[in-house]
Amino acid sequence: MSLFNIFNISGSAMAAQSQRLNVVASNLANVDSTTSANGQPYRSKQVMFSTTPMGDGGGAGVKVSGVVESTAPMKMLYDPKHPMADEKGYVTMPNVNVVEEMVNMISSSRSYQNNVEVMNTSKSLLLKTLSIGQ
Amino acid sequence: MVSKIDSALQFNRTVLNLRSARQELIASNIANVDTPNYKAKDIDFAKTLQGAMSGNTVKLQMAGTVPHHLSSGTGENVMGAPVMFRNVVQPSADGNTVDMDVERAQFADNALRYEASVKFVDNQIKNVFTALQG
Repeated sequence: MSLFNIFNISGSAMAAQSQRLNVVASNLANVDSTTSANGQPYRSKQVMFSTTPMGDGGGAGVKVSGVVESTAPMKMLYDPKHPMADEKGYVTMPNVNVVEEMVNMISSSRSYQNNVEVMNTSKSLLLKTLSIGQ
Repeated sequence: MVSKIDSALQFNRTVLNLRSARQELIASNIANVDTPNYKAKDIDFAKTLQGAMSGNTVKLQMAGTVPHHLSSGTGENVMGAPVMFRNVVQPSADGNTVDMDVERAQFADNALRYEASVKFVDNQIKNVFTALQG
């Protein structure tokens, strides 16, 4: 039954988008973290989406194939009084691009909403199918 | 008598099966809106229905642009009809060809037509009840 498979497809997309939102939150929260768990300044993280087959009707869901750290150059801030400043007085700040992250946030929340709509429509179609002949 | 009811309902049953399969394909497109290199897929509904009604279950040859996507024969068929890629109107930089406006419109259209077919089946069954009960 194809309509049931839509729950799996949309569910996988919702899970992937919420993980993307999670990463955005982490990036925005750590926009000023000069030290992360490994002692280095925080690096911006990005999720990678890939298509994964779901069901036998040609349906395709989404999975997060990995979380990569951004290779963008780190921001250098001149602040000689900062405890993490180097001998020239520069502090290495995270390479989080706040504008990019805000765009990612809007994009993922809209995609999430779209998939919720898809799920609701499929649910109402299934309920109407159940009421055939009543 | 029973076989006549069955054959009376057969057309709308095929339509419902096909509509739900198409709904799944469009849900896949919506789910993969942010997946790089995903190509939007759909079926030619009228041709597929004609094929399904005439009992044509021959796997047709697909004409496509990306060979490795199309080589898998059984996974990319819906009731004997080929799953085709949507024509690209506004290509995006990441190779994704999902146009959310088109997909949402087609999803709503398909859902409405599914509901219409459910109503048709419902009315056919009600007619049988009327004939039985007077």
